[in-house]
Order: sequence, then C-alpha cells, then structure tokens
Amino acid sequence: MSLITFREALRAAIDEEMARDDSVLLIGEEVGQYNGAYKVSQGLLEKYGPQRVIDTPISEGGFTGIGIGAAIAGLRPIVEWMTFNFSLQAMDQIFSNASKMRYMSGGQFSVPIVFRGPNGPAEYLASQHSQALQSIYSHVPGLKVVAPSNPADAKGLLKSAIRDDNPVVFMEAELMYSWKGEVPEGELLIPLGSADVKRPGKDVTLIGFSKPLRMVLEAAEQLAAQGIDAEVVDLRSIRPLDEAAIYDSVRKTNRCVVVDEAWPFASVGSHIAWLVSHNCFDDLDAAVELVSGEDVPMPYNHSLELAAQPSVEKIIDAVKRALYA
Amino acid sequence: MAGTKAARADAPAASGDGAESGVRGPEAAFQVELLRKMLLIRRFEERAAQMYGLKKIGGFCHLYIGQEAVAVGAIGAIDLSRDYIVAAYRDHGYALACGMEPRLLMAELFGKATGVSRGKGGSMHFFDAGRHMYGGNGIVGAQIPVATGVALKIHYRKEGGVVLCWFGDGAIHEGSFHESLNMAKIWDLPIVYICENNHYGMGTDFRRVSSVTDFAVMGASYGIPGSQVNGMDVLEVHREVSAAAEKARSESTPIFLEILTYRYRGHSMSDPAKYRTPEELESYKKQDPIVIQKARMIESGIFTEAEFAALDAEFKTICDDAVKFAEESPEPELSALSEDVFA
Repeated sequence: MSLITFREALRAAIDEEMARDDSVLLIGEEVGQYNGAYKVSQGLLEKYGPQRVIDTPISEGGFTGIGIGAAIAGLRPIVEWMTFNFSLQAMDQIFSNASKMRYMSGGQFSVPIVFRGPNGPAEYLASQHSQALQSIYSHVPGLKVVAPSNPADAKGLLKSAIRDDNPVVFMEAELMYSWKGEVPEGELLIPLGSADVKRPGKDVTLIGFSKPLRMVLEAAEQLAAQGIDAEVVDLRSIRPLDEAAIYDSVRKTNRCVVVDEAWPFASVGSHIAWLVSHNCFDDLDAAVELVSGEDVPMPYNHSLELAAQPSVEKIIDAVKRALYA
Repeated sequence: MAGTKAARADAPAASGDGAESGVRGPEAAFQVELLRKMLLIRRFEERAAQMYGLKKIGGFCHLYIGQEAVAVGAIGAIDLSRDYIVAAYRDHGYALACGMEPRLLMAELFGKATGVSRGKGGSMHFFDAGRHMYGGNGIVGAQIPVATGVALKIHYRKEGGVVLCWFGDGAIHEGSFHESLNMAKIWDLPIVYICENNHYGMGTDFRRVSSVTDFAVMGASYGIPGSQVNGMDVLEVHREVSAAAEKARSESTPIFLEILTYRYRGHSMSDPAKYRTPEELESYKKQDPIVIQKARMIESGIFTEAEFAALDAEFKTICDDAVKFAEESPEPELSALSEDVFA
C-alpha cells in the first residue's frame, strides 16, 4: 500500500494504461504542456509525447467528437474535460454519437472512450462552474457513469474504464484531487458496476457516491457516537448500477437514506430512492430519505453555497427522520 | 487545390472530346462503372420513394436523386481498404457507392432484422464498418468532428489513408464544422471536408443564411485550401476529389471542397419543396449527371443506348430483388430491443 492523492491515483491509472496499450491517448485542454489544469496529467506529455498527450483548443464539442471518431476507428482516447460544466458544450457528441453509435449501427461499432474531469461544486465558483451533472449523463442508455470516492477506487475504476469497450463518463471533483488514501501496489482493476460497502452497519443504509461519500462516512461516525449503526454503501458506478448491493443492505437495515449532491428533480438520487421504495417495499420501516443539493443555481457566497449542498448535519437529520428518532 | 485540375494518372480525362473514341479500354470501363453506380442509386431511390408511398418505409427518408455524381465520383476516387467515409443522413447514395448491398439497405429501410443496421437505424443510419462506411449520421454537423477523429487515428497509426467527411450546406454554419477544421489543420490530419451544397438546408436557400455564398473560402480562415467543384459532372468530381485526396494523403493535411449539386426531391419524403420554382428544378434537370455522362459516353463511342437499356433492366431486377428480400425478411425479435446498447 502507498498513501497517495486522488490526482496521483488517476495519473497512475492513465500512465499504466498508456504504457500497456499504445491505443490509449489523452486529449483535452491543458493536458500536455500545462501538465493538466488540476495536474492530473503531470509528466505524461514528457513521457508519451505530443502524439499521445494532445493539447486541444477550447473546443469541447469538437475534441469530444474527435475522440469519439478515433474510438470507433480503433483507438482508446481519454477525453479530459477541464470541468463537467464545459462538457455541456459537448453534450450532443455524447448523447447523439457516443451513446448511440453502437445501437444505431446494429452493433457494428464499439466506442471505447473515457470522458473524465471534475464534476460538482468546488468552492467560490458560482453557478456556471458548480454543477453536479450526474443526473444528465446517467439518463442516457449507452453510457457508463462512474464516480469514485477515494484514490484506490479512482485508480482501479479508471483503469477498468479505459479498458472498457463502451463510452464511460468518469466523474472526479476539484476538491477531491488532493485527498489522500491508501492504494494497493501493483495491478488494480475494479469492475464497473460493483458497489462497495465502505462501512458495515445494521440500523440504516446510507447510499452515496463521489465527493459526498466522505461526509456520509463522517455522518456515520457521528451517528455511531449516538448509538446508531449506519451502513455506508458507496455506489462507485452509477451506470451500471449495483442494485443487488443496495437491496442487500436495505433488506438488512430496513431504512435508507440516499445522498446525491445534484439537484433533486429527476436525479440519480431520486431514481435510487424510487428503486429502493419499489423493490424493498416490504422491507422498509420508513420512507426512503433523499439528501440532495438544493434546487437552486449555486451562489458565490460561501455560507450560501454550503447551504446549497448536502452536509453532515443534513444527513444526520435525514437518518433521524428515517429512524423516527 | 484551388486551380488544380489534375487528371487521373492512369487515364486521360475523357470529356466527350472524342479521345479514345470507339476504344473499350480501361477508361471506358472506368466510365461505365461510374455510370452504373449513378444509375443504381437513381433507381434504388426511385424504388425507395415508391415503397415510402406504400408505407413500407416510415419516418424521415432523404433521397439522393440529382446528387448521384457527387457520391459516385468522390467515393470512386478513394480506396476504401485504407480510406474512410463519414457522412450525414442523406446516405443512401454513399452506401451504394461504397458497394453496400441494395437488398440489405432496402431491408434496413423496411426496418427488418436483415438490414445493415439490424433494423435499428433506418434510412439515416446506414453503416458498414468493414467497408469503412461510417454512417449515416443524423444530427446536422455532428459527424464532422467524428470524421476528424477517424483522420486522427489514420494519422496516429501512419496508415496512409484519408477520410472523406461529408456534410451539406446546412451544416457549414454549425460550430462543429469550424472547430473541426481548426483542429484538423493544427494536427495535420488527412481529411477532405466535402460540403455537398444542394442549395437548400431543408427549405432554406443557403444564400439566405450564409454570410458568404462562395463556400470555397470557408476553409481559408483555418489555413485550409478550398475550391468549388461542379457536382453534376461525375468526371469532374472524380478528378477533383482524386487530387484532393492525394494531397491530403501525401501531405497529411486537410482540404476543403464545395461540391455544387441539386436535389430533385424535397428535403425528405414529407417535403413538397414549395420554396423553389419549377423553372429552377428544370434547369438542373437539364444538367442531370446521369444524362450528361451517358451522352458523353455515347458521343465518345464507349457506350450505346442499348447498353444503357440493359443496365436499366439490370437495376430494375436488382431493385425488385431488394424489395422482395426486404418484404420477406423477418421483423427483429423483441429481444433485439435491448441488444447492442453496450459492447
């Protein structure tokens, strides 16, 4: 094991896969000479050269589509979006081309591509740079969506995503890049679509993914001090969704709180809450709770922006509602 | 490309001037092949229109009638074992020019399991990965970056191929066009961007919505040379695309061509095309690519009316067979609904 940051884990995954397979390229804004807007790709240009670490102009729709074309022709591009906020410029390429090329060609094409970058709010970035967009990408059949919560998962899932023959939307977060965690030495591959129980417990199931998972774990610790034993299920992949892991946990605890920092309307969180309500109806002792981002654009002011997001307090409150405590 | 009029290296640029009159050499075979492909497209499209009228085909069905010389001349100028085409949704002509089977295309139009895309693509989504025919793409302009990415792969793998990227006059104002040309230029990608200008983006005359009407200049701000080509003349298209493809290939660089053409039918089957005059349509029909190529070949003694009639009969049979095959083919199984979402 080594203690490394989230960004180092991502870099190691990209580096190892680029070394392993010369069809893997990294394409995006500032990925090369600048060494990555968030330094994920630091050193990769020097190691692999400009044919494989390709700096682009600010043309998200264009270079995303170029990645898709390269993928259907046999390469395995990793397209880095500086943030998911800018991926909206490329949404037509993701929706209309990446996710549908295989289906509408009757299975003739594979689209082995990873779209990755930071998603969700950071700090002081205001509305246009603080959007959690997992609901949108998870909506589309034909896309896989992955959102790890710690460095080890980030490395193992990114390596699997790069080897996957389907388009994978891989969500990171600005604030997570400096988070440290133990990462096993050697080859680390975590299959897409496998959730992970980050904390076993018996009283209530907390379901989360990506950056908020840390506050979910913190909430679980505080609840433990109050005698409430929460189980924390980290989805890791949103698509495919490990429904079995969710239901196994809820059938054990009979209570469920879903945490998703995205807006609540038609979200991943609301969908999972519905799935649990529907499929665990007989097992539930309380209504499924959803802790989401508030249904407003993100404000700049720090107190307000914190108020717009899930928090340890909000999670604990939701658990207490689920426990009628 | 501007100003270059390179002839095919292996044959004189026969243009009805009597050269090789009466000689049935490689030039004759070459021209017959071009005429064959154009006529096949024409007859296939007429049959598709008929089947649409009979409600065998549904949805959007964009016919290629009038534009045949563009697909046939251009695709005849490349080598699909190493080159690629990526096109938009008016794709029947490219598919046939690439050698895709009429019966599999008709079955796709009928939505049958035997169709090229297993009945899940329809008119706008013909693909043949093996023939390097990469669609068949339905969103205006969205295929341009994809085509550019295919060129990136060719360049990265040093394969010596070239991509023909097709789009219409309606797509040229999409950001995807401009973003793609810029990146193709800075990365030296071997791609020929072909704006197939049939004069109308659906019902809108391109001159009403374009800051310039000579699209050949559109590549200039990206440092990409461009020229205009008469798309009603299959030999000119072939000659110009050959030269462009060769330059793109040998110099690893993007080229831009505007190929001027005209569609006889509406934008799709549901469009009565009331935005243009009958006189305009008639003026283009006088330049019909099949009629002028046939006349040229007869005049130069490499083809006869009887041979044309025989070709017509052959394609009638092929279209009959395609319809019969499509009719008799099975519907997709319901289980196909969830197949091919993921690899």
